[in-house]
Amino acid sequence: MTDTANGAPRPGRHLDFGKVAKDLVVTALIATAIFGSTIAFRTVSAAGGLRLEVRYDIAFYVIAAVIVGRLLLWLFFWSKPAGTSAVEVPAGIKSGMAKVSAKVGKGFGPTMLIFALVFPFLPFTDRYLLDLSILILTYVMLGWGLNIVVGLAGLLDLGYVAFYAIGAYSYALLAQYFGFSFWMCLPLAGILAAFWGIILGFPVLRLRGDYLAIVTLAFGEIIRIVLLNWYQFTGGPDGLSGIPRPSFFGLPFTRREGGFSDFFGLDYSSFHRIVFMYFLILALALLTNFVTNRLRRLPIGRAWEALREDEIACRSLGLNTASVKLTAFAIGGMFAGFAGSFFATRQGFISPESFTFIESALILAIVVLGGMGSQVGVVIASIAMIGGFEIFREAEQFRMLIFGLAMVVIMIWRPRGLISTRIPSIFLREKKAVSADMVAQGEGH
Amino acid sequence: MTHTVNDPVLTVEHLNMRFGGLLAVDDLSFDVDRRDITALIGPNGAGKTTVFNCITGFYKPTEGRITARHEDVASFLLERMDDFKIPKIAKVARTFQNIRLFGGMTVLENLMVGQHNPLMIASNYTFGGIFGLSGYKRAEKEAVELAKYWMEQTGLTARADDAAGDLPYGDQRKLEIARAMCTKPKLLCLDEPAAGLNPRESEELNKLLLFIRKERDTGVLLIEHDMNVVMGISDHIIVLDYGKKIADGTPEEIRNDPSVIAAYLGVADEEVEEVEHEIEEGASS
Repeated sequence: MTDTANGAPRPGRHLDFGKVAKDLVVTALIATAIFGSTIAFRTVSAAGGLRLEVRYDIAFYVIAAVIVGRLLLWLFFWSKPAGTSAVEVPAGIKSGMAKVSAKVGKGFGPTMLIFALVFPFLPFTDRYLLDLSILILTYVMLGWGLNIVVGLAGLLDLGYVAFYAIGAYSYALLAQYFGFSFWMCLPLAGILAAFWGIILGFPVLRLRGDYLAIVTLAFGEIIRIVLLNWYQFTGGPDGLSGIPRPSFFGLPFTRREGGFSDFFGLDYSSFHRIVFMYFLILALALLTNFVTNRLRRLPIGRAWEALREDEIACRSLGLNTASVKLTAFAIGGMFAGFAGSFFATRQGFISPESFTFIESALILAIVVLGGMGSQVGVVIASIAMIGGFEIFREAEQFRMLIFGLAMVVIMIWRPRGLISTRIPSIFLREKKAVSADMVAQGEGH
Repeated sequence: MTHTVNDPVLTVEHLNMRFGGLLAVDDLSFDVDRRDITALIGPNGAGKTTVFNCITGFYKPTEGRITARHEDVASFLLERMDDFKIPKIAKVARTFQNIRLFGGMTVLENLMVGQHNPLMIASNYTFGGIFGLSGYKRAEKEAVELAKYWMEQTGLTARADDAAGDLPYGDQRKLEIARAMCTKPKLLCLDEPAAGLNPRESEELNKLLLFIRKERDTGVLLIEHDMNVVMGISDHIIVLDYGKKIADGTPEEIRNDPSVIAAYLGVADEEVEEVEHEIEEGASS
């Protein structure tokens, strides 16, 4: 294994040419099947309708590149003794990555925090980057919230976006019907989402594995469909608009007198509100992180992790697993509720369109990609997923392809997520990270 | 049948457990003394683990009564309690035949989960703990001290910060016992604690169980196949066969009981002498 890390083949290495040739032929066929249809033909709008443009040459180069690449892999990476798996990552790289991720884990958090605090004031920060980072931070917060349910308690929740929707609609409806301000609605939205977390928790108490996942998925859809069809109350597909913006301790972000800019003697700029939004979501996300880290060191957090490891052992030690599960759903839901009311106030308009299953899948992907239970992993995964989505906006229809490919590669490279080790909640002499092989994944994975 | 139980921590009366057409436990009654190590033995499939699961609430018995008694005359009807309330309120803890540790958590964390209920109260059901009130910090420190005590008794102190899943098999068995002891039980039920242990580890286990009996006010009920453990440390043995109790007494009595020998050798009672004779002849030749 270790000798493959050096790259160049050494004498005595066995390379079966018949096998390689066969593999290359198969590669060529697959590449032709994929790129022959997608690249060789292209429709161009011309006068009087669509015209088919034929690009055999480009397709040929792409297919040739794939074959040459595969040949290079055979020559330099896969030419090792028979019996070892072809897709194994070289051990040198593997252990190197483990060291890097251990170091990254220590210094990464504080560095990121400082960067996040000064980010709005950096010279290159423009409106677009700030909006993007608000979006990323929203997903960081949602990822951290879902991490409690999936990463710590090990309960696979495919309907997490329901709590996000409940938070958003709680704020929008309370503001619309009762004229409550953002700061009043924020805790109420959290409490309501936690309450619905418990409502979801009861029917799934006895469920395990795939059945748990299916019911949570259904819950997410039920909430969305109710919001869509209860036209008189929620506005249905038209959504709710004119959701009030938050104020800075009573100072609204307006041009008028008594506004934020007037009070501080600044020139009015719409940028102020965006910066305020940025710090608001940063504070909410940090609150989520702080509370989660705190809970992990309390008996309830240890009970969540114990539940993920072995439910029957929990019961044999006198843990009421029903209440352990319900608290996980409630607290996870609460943070989604906070994030939801932030989303509502940022957008000013919400509709059930924003709370589809794909959102749940995206948040879950962030948690899984980051490494279940890892707080830093969620941050990296959010930046990679949401930021990556933006970077590849140029690639248009290939965006999803690139994205899917990247995820497959990451999952082969690190099957338990980017940061897969578990940090113990308490230690006697030294804090040793627990390897992912030991950590159970819980129900529904 | 001369073993007398003066101060029962557990009384099982007329226990029946039926799975469909199979009567796994048939009208079983026995007592477990607070100061004894009581062993439940019998051939494979005799219903020992079923009895355990009834006592610890994992099964609800078809018929019968199971009573746990504390020194202060408080008594609990276990067949009516939820499984998680049995260790919490009636103070009956158990281990499993196939070890059930929290493999991804460290040894210390495993022992802390064992003390979940008192810590939960100390943290005011999380509300006090989240604001870092001193009451919780003190309680946590005490919990760590208790965990340290049991790590010392089981020889796991050096591995306190290692993942439980990383421990060798024998240490995992000991950790499971230590974790059960962290719930401060009145009765400790061990399901085959010596299974898979080498002779040295099994000797250490004997010492640990004798220590638990001597130092702690905890009764021990164990299922075991390892006769070295059973005969070496138990004060009272109950023998099951096909769900029925066939013998109940001191190790000496059990050793010489023809019906026990018959059950283990798989022959009828009247053939026992014949078989014994054959064995002796076989040994001498």
